[in-house]
Amino acid sequence: MSELTLTVMRLGFLAVLWLFVIVAVQVIRSDLFGTRVTQRGSRRQETRTQQGGRQAAPPQQRGQQPPAATGGGRQRRGAPTKLVVSEGTLTGTTVALQGQTITLGRAHDSTIVLDDDYASSRHARIYPDRDGQWIVEDLGSTNGTYLDRTRLTTPTPIPLGAPIRIGKTVIELRK
Amino acid sequence: MSVVTNTTTIGAIEAPSRRNTELALLGFAVAIPVFAYLNVGLAIDGEVPSGMLGYGLGLGLLAAVAHLVVRKWAPYSDPLLLPLATLLNGLGLVLIWRLDQSPRLISLAKRQYGAFSASAPNQMMYSAIGIAMFVAVLLLLKDHRVLQRYTYISMVVALVLLLLPLVPGLGTDVFGAKIWIRIAGFSIQPGEFAKLVLAVFFSGYLMVKRDALALASRRFMGLYLPRGRDLGPILTIWAVSLLILVFENDLGTSLLFFGMFVIMLYVATERTSWIVMGLLMAVAGAVVVGSTASHVQSRVAAWLDPFECLKTAPPGTNMAYACDQMTQVLMSFGSGGILGTGLGQGNSDLIQFAANSDFIFATVGEELGLTGVMVFLLLYGLIIERGIRTSLAARDPFGKLLAMGLSGAFALQIFVVAGGVMGLIPLTGMTMPFLAYGGSSVIANWALIGILIRISDTARRPAPAPAPNPDAEMTQVVRP
Repeated sequence: MSELTLTVMRLGFLAVLWLFVIVAVQVIRSDLFGTRVTQRGSRRQETRTQQGGRQAAPPQQRGQQPPAATGGGRQRRGAPTKLVVSEGTLTGTTVALQGQTITLGRAHDSTIVLDDDYASSRHARIYPDRDGQWIVEDLGSTNGTYLDRTRLTTPTPIPLGAPIRIGKTVIELRK
Repeated sequence: MSVVTNTTTIGAIEAPSRRNTELALLGFAVAIPVFAYLNVGLAIDGEVPSGMLGYGLGLGLLAAVAHLVVRKWAPYSDPLLLPLATLLNGLGLVLIWRLDQSPRLISLAKRQYGAFSASAPNQMMYSAIGIAMFVAVLLLLKDHRVLQRYTYISMVVALVLLLLPLVPGLGTDVFGAKIWIRIAGFSIQPGEFAKLVLAVFFSGYLMVKRDALALASRRFMGLYLPRGRDLGPILTIWAVSLLILVFENDLGTSLLFFGMFVIMLYVATERTSWIVMGLLMAVAGAVVVGSTASHVQSRVAAWLDPFECLKTAPPGTNMAYACDQMTQVLMSFGSGGILGTGLGQGNSDLIQFAANSDFIFATVGEELGLTGVMVFLLLYGLIIERGIRTSLAARDPFGKLLAMGLSGAFALQIFVVAGGVMGLIPLTGMTMPFLAYGGSSVIANWALIGILIRISDTARRPAPAPAPNPDAEMTQVVRP
């Protein structure tokens, strides 16, 4: 085999290896873990979306609703699109709201598994009613579920950004 | 409208399944090793190697099976883990096949064992078993949270696996390190599997105990010092890893387990003091054992100054072997330079013993150069990054800790092996995951990737199945 061919192959192989790495990094970029990388909107919108958001997570752009959330057709304008854990051990976890019931508790099969001494195994659930309004319901927990400062006794609609407290965990609905 | 472009936000909003991306990358990941195979054949024999078609088809078949299983049973999992692992496994096969062609290694094997048997076909078989293990993990483990039930069983299993090489008649001593057992003609390295089982135990245990370990502490000099009684777990793990070091003579395994525990302890409690204490304990243990055990001593001598030690060590001793290997490895990396000598054109076979297992990274360094070594480290880095990403996205604390522990162990193993081969830390007998020759390592690491894919599938699955109304459970009608 001629020296030239081998040199070309050697350099070509290194180039192909690097190409793979670059492609892989591109996949990560477009797929930041199955999540959308959204750019922050204008500063004016930013201040509006930050209502009630005292914590560090940057606000989402509101002009670009994720297609899955709007796909249902019954999502109203201004309806929340995700549930965010803002305090507690699971801080930063988000769950997309797509019409499914979200269960909270220490049970392993809960949607959000709380690791909290004050949580019951089936503590609360969050579900949409027929109008698409999100409701939180306490499932007979020992220590109670709090919306803002009031302990829940009946299923209650959740205002956008209102903190739902379960033990040390705080959850809110956001756009 | 002033759009700030550099601030991005990350949230699990909607997760496309990305299976087609994975398929495309897998195609790429199979094509690269085939190219490497062709390159080796052309460089050594000057003609297209005859086994190329079979090799390409075999690797492609394994990748296709793995992909189809992921598509069916873990549709939302991470698209990168499988292609990265396939590429590393494929390139490992090519490197092992390339070392099989070396006349030096063939004559060495004939001198030592009377006959030479090629390693690449065996490794191909191990890869197939590894993929089977991967498939089995995905099929049997529908939800990683069931592993939490086996927390203490895993502890017992892990201890048994770790202690197996010490059982007389079962464990075999391979050049000083007792990390092998021999059953029915097969050599197995139980430590590789213990890694997975220990990660399950640590995550189950720390999930329950982390509040006690994190909150009950005093502040002293900017560090949170835990109470004396909370030191129990870390001291126990430390003692066990020291016992491994003393009785099995294996620095790598003990470093891996202790390091994995410290990483998971830190992740679970968010207390830097655990890392500081862990490092101090590891250094103290290593110094004490390093100055007493002779096997470790020769490794340390070969690490500090291999060329000097090669001159002074009495020939024929373990120390002379260790120093000779180390000098050859360093020479390999040095002669590779920036761009390498090209596949099949290096002399990394001069390392002789274990050239295709512990020292396989030296072949990468010599034949692909710094450019290639960087690619390999990046590929490992990407696997680790995907693992940690999975851990971040997991919605349950157990899954978070498990993914973190597995990727941490994987990262530590890369560090211990690559660092040892490059002369950064004393060399230990561990294997480069997927790359090095060895059945246990390949199979265990495919299982590891399987568990990570399972966790990432659960974490990224967009709409969790609506839970049945708990009230309905109370009003069930019991029919006769």
